[in-house]
Amino acid sequence: MAKAAPEKRRNKIFSFIAALLANPLAISGSVIVFVLFMTALLAPLLAPYDPQAIDTYHILEAPSSMHWLGTDSLGRDCLSRLIYGSRISLLVGFVAVGIATAVGTVLGALAGFYGKWIDTIVMRFVDIMLCFPSIFLIMAVIAFLEPSIWNIMAVIGLTGWMGVARLVRAEFLSLRKRDFVLAARISGASNMRIVFSEILPNAIAPIIVSATLGVGGAILTESALSFLGIGVQPPTPSWGNMLTEGKDNLEIAWWLSVYPGLAILITVLGYNLLGEGLRDALDPRKRG
Amino acid sequence: MPCKKIPAISVCLILSILILNPVDFVFARSGEGPDYGDAIISGSIGDASNLIPMLASDATSHEIASLIYNGLVKYDKDLNLVGDLAESWTITNEGKTITFHLKHGIKWQDGAPFTSADVLFGFNTIVDPKTPTAYAGDFLEVERAEAPDPYTFKVTYKEPFAPALSSWGDIVVLPKHLLQGKDITKSSLSRKPVGLGPYKLKLWKTQERIELVANADYFEGRPYLDGFIMRIIPDPATMFMELKAGGLDWMSLSPVQYQRQTNTPFFKKNFRKYKYLSFSYTYLGYNLKHPFFKDKRVRQAISYAIDKKEIIRGVLLGLGVEATGPYKPDAWFYNPHVKHYPYDPKRAKHLLKECGWQDTDGDGILDRNGIPFSFTVLTNQGNSLRDKTAQIIQYRLGQIGIKMNIRQLEWTAFINDFIDKRRFEAVILGWTLGQDPDIYDIWHSSKTGPKELNFIGYKNAEVDRLLIKGRRTFDRDKRKKIYFKIQEILAEDQPYTFLYVPMALPIVHARFHGIKPAPAGISYNFIRWWVPKNEQKYMMR
Amino acid sequence: MDFLIWIAKKLLTLIPTFIGITLISFFVMHLAPGEPMSLQADFNPKMTPEMRQRLRAQYGLDKPLYVQYAKWFKGLVQLDLGRSFSPDRRKVWDKIKERLPVTILINVLSMILIIVVSIPLGVRAAVRQNSLFDQLTTILVFVAYAAPAFWVALLLMLYFGIELNWLPVSGLHTLMGYESMDTWHKVLDWARHLVLPVFVSAIGGLAGFSRYTRSSMLEVLRQDFITTARAKGLPEGTVIYRHALRNALLPLITILGLSIPGLIGGSVIFESIFAIPGVGQLMWSSVMARDYPVLMGNLVIVSVLTLLGNLLADMGYAAVDPRIRTGLRGEE
Repeated sequence: MAKAAPEKRRNKIFSFIAALLANPLAISGSVIVFVLFMTALLAPLLAPYDPQAIDTYHILEAPSSMHWLGTDSLGRDCLSRLIYGSRISLLVGFVAVGIATAVGTVLGALAGFYGKWIDTIVMRFVDIMLCFPSIFLIMAVIAFLEPSIWNIMAVIGLTGWMGVARLVRAEFLSLRKRDFVLAARISGASNMRIVFSEILPNAIAPIIVSATLGVGGAILTESALSFLGIGVQPPTPSWGNMLTEGKDNLEIAWWLSVYPGLAILITVLGYNLLGEGLRDALDPRKRG
Repeated sequence: MPCKKIPAISVCLILSILILNPVDFVFARSGEGPDYGDAIISGSIGDASNLIPMLASDATSHEIASLIYNGLVKYDKDLNLVGDLAESWTITNEGKTITFHLKHGIKWQDGAPFTSADVLFGFNTIVDPKTPTAYAGDFLEVERAEAPDPYTFKVTYKEPFAPALSSWGDIVVLPKHLLQGKDITKSSLSRKPVGLGPYKLKLWKTQERIELVANADYFEGRPYLDGFIMRIIPDPATMFMELKAGGLDWMSLSPVQYQRQTNTPFFKKNFRKYKYLSFSYTYLGYNLKHPFFKDKRVRQAISYAIDKKEIIRGVLLGLGVEATGPYKPDAWFYNPHVKHYPYDPKRAKHLLKECGWQDTDGDGILDRNGIPFSFTVLTNQGNSLRDKTAQIIQYRLGQIGIKMNIRQLEWTAFINDFIDKRRFEAVILGWTLGQDPDIYDIWHSSKTGPKELNFIGYKNAEVDRLLIKGRRTFDRDKRKKIYFKIQEILAEDQPYTFLYVPMALPIVHARFHGIKPAPAGISYNFIRWWVPKNEQKYMMR
Repeated sequence: MDFLIWIAKKLLTLIPTFIGITLISFFVMHLAPGEPMSLQADFNPKMTPEMRQRLRAQYGLDKPLYVQYAKWFKGLVQLDLGRSFSPDRRKVWDKIKERLPVTILINVLSMILIIVVSIPLGVRAAVRQNSLFDQLTTILVFVAYAAPAFWVALLLMLYFGIELNWLPVSGLHTLMGYESMDTWHKVLDWARHLVLPVFVSAIGGLAGFSRYTRSSMLEVLRQDFITTARAKGLPEGTVIYRHALRNALLPLITILGLSIPGLIGGSVIFESIFAIPGVGQLMWSSVMARDYPVLMGNLVIVSVLTLLGNLLADMGYAAVDPRIRTGLRGEE
């Protein structure tokens, strides 16, 4: 029994990757996400100018050979700011979703594994949190704290775990009755061990899908907050706060409105495609 | 209630018919004088807070109140003091006593007669310690005020007080018959004022609009425009769109809007732009109790580290001038020879080093005793000029190793929670300037109490002495010397880094005639603006 | 009768949720550094420390948290949410009350738009699975999902408002001359002003909902009774619309309920952009002004509304599916 398990797992991973590669959605999503990663990582190399460099001689200039995507109201190069903005999006995506996934997984696991009154409490908590329009809640919290990147990411994470929790709970509920769990129990494994070595690895697939799909949402939320002025503050470039400038100069600087929004669109699209692709690849119906 | 009048097209039809018909017609107004009617819609970012002038400190409240209340004196188009409610006055007793002779026959908007008792009442209210006003300062210099007869108001000061005359503006005249014996802070007059000015309040919808109608019995003659409506549009971009769409007639343009968005044929045909040096200046103010800013060399260093020309170029698009002190460059008391702080980052770094600030840990930020030089600047949200100024300053300071954070706050929260409680490190704000050089309320060391204007905590004995002397001297040349010296000291001390004097950039719909730019701006003769009958757009019902 | 019992049971379970909402809101309030909910004291420069202490006692700020909570809760159910911190010092409930109708109006219109457009789209995509239509709509849905709503709003404003000048870009109605319009013109005016906000509000929902409709339909179409219906020789239209759709719609009602918080949350953005005086814009301006009483009041009211919305959705579901009422269908 002990030997068969790792074999099985390896095969599973192989077939999973194969399914992934065959899926056009997943491929295009991965390409986009990969490009995003590279952009964020190599930002200092890619950006032609310092994104914070103010140049009062070139204010609100249309895209030109000197500034491919134009300049903003303080003469800063938009392309460079767009590139550096990807770092914020990436960071937000990861940290916020990381927090949401961690919290959701823990709570969902507790609810699904132990059941009964723990389950009721956790699910009730989920219901309550779902009643708050998340933006309102986030805004209220940020009003009381101060807008800083970390606060925002934490808050987005702490208001976005409900979906993961439900998912994990469902998985745990169904998995805990399965044979391999009973077998582990008989062989005397502690609850912790069961959860971590047996159930969780099997539940991980939908968690990853959910997390990937959640990144898009987190990025959209952060950019909305930055747009409204309560997210990332200028001069730190975030695609959201670049769009605030776009709004203020709608008439004369269309490039400030178009490009950052496009960047958000493509990024979120990429993550969503990847997530959908992952979901399809992991869906037993499609493969079997 | 304003409504659109006969659509323009039918007017054109009528006109064209009458032109073809060689009969005298009443629509020709050439040279026949101004027409009554129509309304002007002005845009404002913020709502008024209180329409009793002495109780409010925001510009919008004062703008509205100035159309509803009058003072004893006012400034004419060339910035000379002339009589408003006062017909004439005499100054006696070595300048310590002013006797105002008030005009007869003026009525409050509810019909009650205006008399010197109202001035006396207003005076007593403003000096009453229970009245929460920021403007009591000038009136506390008064020793005795009397109203010997209904049309004479006599005030005697403890010492000769140069700014005295100009202080008797619309701040201090209140309807005694409506406020006597009542708590002014709870009065309904804050929302429903009763004044004696050219306009009366018709409607105030919070955060939406304030409507004023012409006071037909105004003592200077009924204003030509029937209505003044102020629309509150918190977003400047939206305000501009409303202007273009015809929902606004009058607004202040931002430099970008002025330079880049109003040069199309549409604008040239339908609007008139004006520009003149505004009566204000913007500054970076330091909390002088803060350990970083206690040393004047630090403040001087920051002044050297900032390129003011760059700020004027980048933020004002050239529409403004550098400020070197608390005055406008075209004032008679402006001292052009004070210490200047041209952009010199090396000098800035050197000064900071002298104070012990160096980058010892190589992180790009100066530090001293393990504390990094990092501070937060507060400014009011929604003011894009100040926001951009802050970002430019942040950038330049970053280049010499100072980390500056920017925080934007909504105006009332800013004033109440941070300024009034002295919970700030530095601020970017502005002051409106008066015509008199007296700046006692802002710079004297006694004015550091809560809600008082010397909120940075500036204390300089020499300046204190000069400020008092400046108020006591009437001779213009002597005063000039005194205020010159004050400016020298302020320039040396840099309690603020004085940034710039912006230009006011109003734009008004072309149908309004009678606008004559003068040293005082354009709104000094607002009650004489008019619209030809055939171009009138609104009817105030 | 069953239905009434069911409603009663449902309402009972709502109460703990409601209390939970208030608890969380109360908790959020106390995140404020410094004194939470501090009152008129701060605005009076002549306030002495003794007076301040007396006021604290009077408002119970020196009592333990649970007492403060009880007091606040009591005020809450009486709709006394305190007074705003802004200079007008109006009652919080008044401020919210006057803005609620607008937000509700736009959200309702938005929801109608979503339903009216998504369902046919989703059905068609499901029926013609993998056709060009299905693929195109899938792509469109993905893009709509990924596009930030405020960006789309900006682009629409740029195009329709500025370039073409067809639609107004701010406010609910023309300011001047409004009162003298007749009812028909008033309605038209409102309609013109609402086109962009409602559309922007609905985009995300349109994308999501049509997708859900599609997958729900696909689910149903796979089932045996559909095959049976077809075998019986029923016309395709009847099969799809009478049999399949009705069953596919059931889970959608729940989804609709779940999308309410998203819709209301989205109103913050488009109300700010289009200068519409609703609760979303109130939320934003009170965040900026640190107007805590209004913030908290708004948060609680909106959450309660969501709760009610979900209740309505559940009721709708129960009305349509008798199995719910009699408890035959298990909990999710």
